[in-house]
Amino acid sequence: MDRTLRRMADEIVELHDGITDLVLVGIQRRGVQLADRIAQLIAEREGEAPRRGALDITLYRDDLQTVGPRPVVGPTDIPGDIDGARVVIVDDVLYTGRTVRAALDELADFGRPARIGLAVLIDRGGRELPIHADVVGKRVELRTDQRVDVLVAELDGRDAVVVVPKTSPASDAGRAAATSRPKKPASSASRRAAGEESA
Amino acid sequence: MTSPLGKDLLALEPLTPEQIGLILDTAEPFKEISERAIKKVPTLRGSTIVNLFFEPSTRTRVSFEFAEKRLSADTVNVAASGSSVSKGETLVDTARNLEAMRIDMVVMRHGASGAAQFLAERIESNVINAGDGTHEHPTQGLLDLLTLRDHFGDLRGLRVCIVGDVLHSRVARSNIWGLQKMGAEVAVCGPRSLLPNAIAEFGVTVFDRVEAAMEWAQALNVLRLQLERMTAGYIPSLREYNRVFGVTRERLERIDHDVLILHPGPMNRGVEIDSDVADGPHSVILNQVTNGVAIRMAVLYLLAGGRPELAETAKSTPGGER
Repeated sequence: MDRTLRRMADEIVELHDGITDLVLVGIQRRGVQLADRIAQLIAEREGEAPRRGALDITLYRDDLQTVGPRPVVGPTDIPGDIDGARVVIVDDVLYTGRTVRAALDELADFGRPARIGLAVLIDRGGRELPIHADVVGKRVELRTDQRVDVLVAELDGRDAVVVVPKTSPASDAGRAAATSRPKKPASSASRRAAGEESA
Repeated sequence: MTSPLGKDLLALEPLTPEQIGLILDTAEPFKEISERAIKKVPTLRGSTIVNLFFEPSTRTRVSFEFAEKRLSADTVNVAASGSSVSKGETLVDTARNLEAMRIDMVVMRHGASGAAQFLAERIESNVINAGDGTHEHPTQGLLDLLTLRDHFGDLRGLRVCIVGDVLHSRVARSNIWGLQKMGAEVAVCGPRSLLPNAIAEFGVTVFDRVEAAMEWAQALNVLRLQLERMTAGYIPSLREYNRVFGVTRERLERIDHDVLILHPGPMNRGVEIDSDVADGPHSVILNQVTNGVAIRMAVLYLLAGGRPELAETAKSTPGGER
């Protein structure tokens, strides 16, 4: 994962021709940790880290009336003024694009950035909205009955990208109960089907 | 699946420590929304909330209204005077008529203890008790808990004394239940005429002298002397009350530790609390007001999830990456 993040950091700097007015905004959760790491990697090259922020998009979700029990809301922290800044949204997985849609709406309530970009560790396809990422760590093609989870050392004890059947709670440990997904015990066959990839 | 709080928020007495903890934790991220330039999130867009106030209120009503508006709900305020209530309509008829206009929630303040529960059992909308008689005022209790937790970090083992007119105070009851559930030690202090006869059954320590209460407590929640509810002679005079039970700077300076000062407002300055205490360095009275909006946003957010028919359809909706 480290090498992928390093390449993403380089691409972000290249795309913005430096780090002037650059703000990395991680989406809760895991996007925040990835944004922190990318910022550190940028600092190693450029001698200075870009500003960082955190965004929790729960209150902007378009499915809040239907997700059942209320998702836990995490902290949002946008540092200073983002008017005219060049914001890069950082998230772990890009799928339907609805999270990014919510993040764009939320950012608009904080100011009017000159540009908003998107960097994701995993792009798994399956978009439901016209949204694309500027910087992608790794593209994977997955069936709709599969789910990809990104684990980060800060929260999960290790870095990993795991593909699991959608009905499996296998990698839910440590995850915030952010969404209601059907909880069925995973069969041993489906556990075997859960492959790990190195991103 | 229903909301983690059930359909309504009527009192703190029936809640579990986990439920109270969930509300307090949920309030944390809502504090930040009120600090934004655009103090609004779209969470309750399309929800209609009626604020039904049968008793005068400024702070609580405005606080609820801000909380509702900052969550993008549509709100209507109904005050008892000038409405059909003054023409003799019953509480249930008023609420049913409002419900026929397709509302989602009712926030109610009423002079009769138990009014919120009475209403909640008869309408489908979520009901939030904004104070019912001398029973409970749960959101005030919650914002007091949040303010204490902000300052002390943990409520377990915290020594809090409620000073003043406990007899008429729904705030006192919500505080006693809430604090005890969260593991704090609770005492009350006031003239015996303003303490309930059965105060011992609450499991609280009783101080007859405010000086002793200050020695013991890490925080004082100073209650308003509810002059409008006092029909008989509970105290000789306001001046006498201040002389014996007033929270004054002289008294606070005589003890050797700091005591945090809370007051649910509105204050009778110079009666239960002196101005230089209310405005002093240990007062968190305005923090309570700020926290009130965050607590009410959290409660609205958590209750609005409690729509069983929607939760049913949600079971088939996949979550995970979005």
